[in-house]
Amino acid sequence: MITVAKTGNEAMAEAMRQINPDVVAAYPITPATEIVMIFAKYVADGLVDTEYIPVESEHSAMSACVGAASAGARVMTGTSSQGLALMYEILPIASALRLPIIMCEVNRAISGPINIHCDHSDTMAARDFGWIQIFSENTQEAYDNLLQAVRIAEDKRVMLPIMVTTDGFIISHGMEKLEMIEDPIVKEYIGEKKPEYSLLDIEKPTTVGALDLTDYYFEHKMPVIEAMKNAKDVILEVGKDFEKKFGRQYGFYEKYKLDDAEFAVVVLGSASGTAKVAIDQLRASGVKAGMLKIRVFRPFPAEEIAKELTGKKAIAVMDRSDSFNTCGGPVFTEIRSALFDSQNKPSITNFVYGLGGRDINVEQIKNIFESIRNVGKVPVVNYIGVRQ
Amino acid sequence: MSKLMNWKELPPCDTLAAKTAEAFETGDWRMGEKPVWHPEICIHCMICWISCPDSSVTVKDGKMTGFDYKHCKGCGICAKECPTKPNKAITMEKE
Ligand code: SF4
Ligand code: SF4
Repeated sequence: MITVAKTGNEAMAEAMRQINPDVVAAYPITPATEIVMIFAKYVADGLVDTEYIPVESEHSAMSACVGAASAGARVMTGTSSQGLALMYEILPIASALRLPIIMCEVNRAISGPINIHCDHSDTMAARDFGWIQIFSENTQEAYDNLLQAVRIAEDKRVMLPIMVTTDGFIISHGMEKLEMIEDPIVKEYIGEKKPEYSLLDIEKPTTVGALDLTDYYFEHKMPVIEAMKNAKDVILEVGKDFEKKFGRQYGFYEKYKLDDAEFAVVVLGSASGTAKVAIDQLRASGVKAGMLKIRVFRPFPAEEIAKELTGKKAIAVMDRSDSFNTCGGPVFTEIRSALFDSQNKPSITNFVYGLGGRDINVEQIKNIFESIRNVGKVPVVNYIGVRQ
Repeated sequence: MSKLMNWKELPPCDTLAAKTAEAFETGDWRMGEKPVWHPEICIHCMICWISCPDSSVTVKDGKMTGFDYKHCKGCGICAKECPTKPNKAITMEKE
């Protein structure tokens, strides 16, 4: 291990250098620009063998990624917010074609109003496109998740595209201590890509992306559904192996003082660090507080999460985006649905926070715990940190 | 029509074998007219061959040899593009 100080973007660019993908196609967008900018320098300096394709938009970037991955290449890209939105048309094509493209996605609010700061509205809007989605709490997790992403996505049982996310500015531009794995060890860890097919294989020519109407479209969606189920096993296997080799533990989620907790928050991304401080303070004053930090949002580990949360007195689900459905954010609706069959359900409340980069602090999270301790006193869906 | 596959029988990754269009005989799309080749006029320039959208102009050893009527859909592009004058080496005629 090499100990360095890196921002989230630098850590992701370093991981990309170590992965040394065959092709990177990307378009710059704040706050993800640096990832591909730093990587482009590595290409120019000859530190990687990558074919770097500077494109005219994110739509083209993802299209180039699909083409390159169909040709059998190991492909990576990076984007954020509107950039991810411009890719939406191509994202489900990548999963339908079973192309294990790896994306560094920096969570940023979707316009409008135009904003460059963190919330999860961009990634959440892409949740139903057949991409695996992994959230990171900090720079170290961003780095570790990206390395594991290669193994998860390219596993023969999975063969799905994957996005590893960090939180805009909070992680992407925040400098932290990072334990990096040595280059040759990473190379050995990720191994060589063995594509299922290649458009360039003239011995075995294939047609890719043919028209499917009422007779076959449905059948072609089933393998993606099955691959997502397989991804659950593979994510756990890869996490265990990573822990064995490098000592850091990864599963579907992290439990923080959860097992004996009576009250718990469910959090994704950087706010979980803030929640840990709040929980420590509450524990010191005798409140049995805990947290479930979700790492893997797609596939959604519903049964596993239900087991962890059942029996608690009250749960607060924190959503950094809203679904505009009048009944709760995307994480809340998943968690609530996951708990529907539990015998000993906790009361579940939703707290939407941090839209457009609005700060979330320790006091606010302690207030969330205070609210759910008075079960029944707060509405089902709450908006915190907004002037009202 | 052949029996429809269930999802587990599909080729992997939404791919198909190449050249499957060969088995699909677009010749029955013709609406009463077909291209007819006049070899005595033909200068073997291959313009019809490169213009045909269905690869239905047949060629052997660099010479035009006629049409694959199983796949020729009768669009008439070859007859229109044939450059010989005053008479064309391809004319569209009633089937
Ligand atoms: S009529 Fe059309 S399809 Fe037939 S040979 Fe000529 S160009 Fe090809
Ligand atoms: S375009 Fe006319 S002259 Fe040229 S090869 Fe075809 S039929 Fe012959």
